[in-house]
Amino acid sequence: MEIVHVYTKLRGEFGRQCLFSDRPAELMVDIPADPSLALQFIQKTPRDQALQACRDMSEHQVNTERFESESCGINHVQGGWPKDVDPEEMEQTIRFRKKVEKDESYVNSILQLGSVMEHCIRQNNAVDIYQEYFEKEEEVEESQEPPSAKTINIFRDPNEVKRTVTGLSWHPDCGRKLAAAYSCLDFQKTNKDMSLDSYIWDVENPNRPEMTLKPASPLVCLDYNPKDSHTLVGGSYNGQIAYWDTRRGSQPVELSSLEQSHRDPVYKIIWLQSKTGTDAFSASTDGQVLWWDVRKLNEPTERLVLDPGREGNLDRALGAISLEFEPTMPTKFMVGTEQGVVVSCNRKAKTPSEKIVCTYDGHHGPVYALQRNPFFPKNFLTVGDWTARIWSEDIKESSIMWTKYQMSYLMDACWSPVRPSVFFTVKTDGVLDVWDVLFKQNEPTLRLKVCDKALYSLRVQDNGRLVACGSKQGEATLLEICSGLSTIQKNEKSLLAAMFERETKREKILEARQREIRLKERSRSEQSREEEAGRGDGEESPDQLIARAEKDFYSLVETELRRREDETQQEKGVCEEKEVKDEAETSETLQ
Amino acid sequence: MAEVEETLKRIQGQKGVQGIIIVNSEGIPIKTTLDNSSTVQYAGLIHQLVMKARSTIRDMDPQNDLTFLRVRSKKNEIMIAPDKDYFLIVIQNPSD
Repeated sequence: MEIVHVYTKLRGEFGRQCLFSDRPAELMVDIPADPSLALQFIQKTPRDQALQACRDMSEHQVNTERFESESCGINHVQGGWPKDVDPEEMEQTIRFRKKVEKDESYVNSILQLGSVMEHCIRQNNAVDIYQEYFEKEEEVEESQEPPSAKTINIFRDPNEVKRTVTGLSWHPDCGRKLAAAYSCLDFQKTNKDMSLDSYIWDVENPNRPEMTLKPASPLVCLDYNPKDSHTLVGGSYNGQIAYWDTRRGSQPVELSSLEQSHRDPVYKIIWLQSKTGTDAFSASTDGQVLWWDVRKLNEPTERLVLDPGREGNLDRALGAISLEFEPTMPTKFMVGTEQGVVVSCNRKAKTPSEKIVCTYDGHHGPVYALQRNPFFPKNFLTVGDWTARIWSEDIKESSIMWTKYQMSYLMDACWSPVRPSVFFTVKTDGVLDVWDVLFKQNEPTLRLKVCDKALYSLRVQDNGRLVACGSKQGEATLLEICSGLSTIQKNEKSLLAAMFERETKREKILEARQREIRLKERSRSEQSREEEAGRGDGEESPDQLIARAEKDFYSLVETELRRREDETQQEKGVCEEKEVKDEAETSETLQ
Repeated sequence: MAEVEETLKRIQGQKGVQGIIIVNSEGIPIKTTLDNSSTVQYAGLIHQLVMKARSTIRDMDPQNDLTFLRVRSKKNEIMIAPDKDYFLIVIQNPSD
């Protein structure tokens, strides 16, 4: 469309003076909007796109080749002395020094250096450049970085034939050392050349173990004495208990006698709290829990047979595979068994039958780990079959919280000693899971693939940051957990307490309901039994009961139907009345 | 000779100064106010450090040269003034 406006001027008026005049605005062209054109455009909802004028970069992680490093010291000896001066001879050195001091260049340079130096010294004295200016500043809120963990070191089994790391224990003071028990738990698959040794590793040196422990049979578990950090006690594959003092060398100081020990591998051994600090107790799949005094290992001081019938019958005993002891509750302890039952026991009971207080039946398979929550001792964690479960002591029927069934078997678990809601589990596919119950309950908060082989054991150090896990190939991996998972959050304890209470209450209600249902069932079955017995008395038989029920039902239906009909009748009646009234009116008006 | 002594005495008199060592280009301690074993240690280690620092500066820019080196640690500060043939090392405890 062409818009043309013509300006004309007569030839005769060229050159004449311009006379401007005012006149109002005039509409020249009005082009209305054409909606049909809008169809050619596609409307897109607002999008935003980020652009940056820089090169494309990508991030990669690289692992360097592993190399062994060792630190050693160098002895400094004086050198640089000229040939004719012997550094040992005082006279010669003094003479040399005096000669240098007389040198002119020495004097000049020292004077110059001296002035420079003085300037700097005075600077230091004038202002302290590292002075703390903002001391009372509040702590910055933690940034919400995703949870992570870093592998710090891997301690590999130095022997040719690799064995599983079945037990780990941290050194009680500051955790600079880690004791690892190596053995082969596969049934009858122990290699003849397999070494029997277990090692104590220094956390900083993964190249060589700091100390070797040489038992008579491979150790399945071991434990550092929390009171005396030089002593360890270990349970071995043949059922014996051995006691080491690291100051006295690699051989055990004492070994329990074969006849009095367990008849199956000792799966767990824990030091007890006692005045003498020499008591420990051990559990094994032969069904016994034995108490020992390490000064006299030829005989256990006490014996308990895990017979659920409370008769001390070894044939019916449950095989123990994990043990739990909390120093704040010294008379109670718990045992996890191969049959999936957790037995809670009281040590100070008068008769052996009263020792077993109660049982918690929860798992389909052996309970591989058992630990009370360090902040809430009434709740404990168990792993077995493919789940991890949290229990409350009061609820015996089932656990209060549990994870869903995982893809592989869970082998070990422990609570974090600093955060009440965090616990760690290891699985046979080599994955370490960190669960934070307050954050996410159906999934682990952090899942780490530590190695390709199965992980068998797990121990958290007391500061909550370092975690050691042991694998089937004899590798013990040391990981550091990020600070988000190892520093206690505000209100964590109260939130977790509330959560546990809520779950416990729920389970209690469910338990009560189950009991009610059971009672009803029982009373009903009793009733029916009575009724069958009293059929001759003219009371109703089941058939008659059914007939009566049918009759009741039909009569109910009929009354309901009739009621509905009545209602509609009433409505109709109202309409009819109205119609009649209208007719009457119209007829009246007509008339 | 006397001026050198005076200079060193003045430096020693400053607040916080713990020790002074003068080392020659071969690493031999010429004058020191500390005991023999520390002197030998300082002389050997610091000599290497100064060589490395100097070569670093000169690698970056051949026209440049090291004039002063301060090593601040948790416990004290080591100040090194290098020259063509000698270094002057002073260990000071910074004021706090």
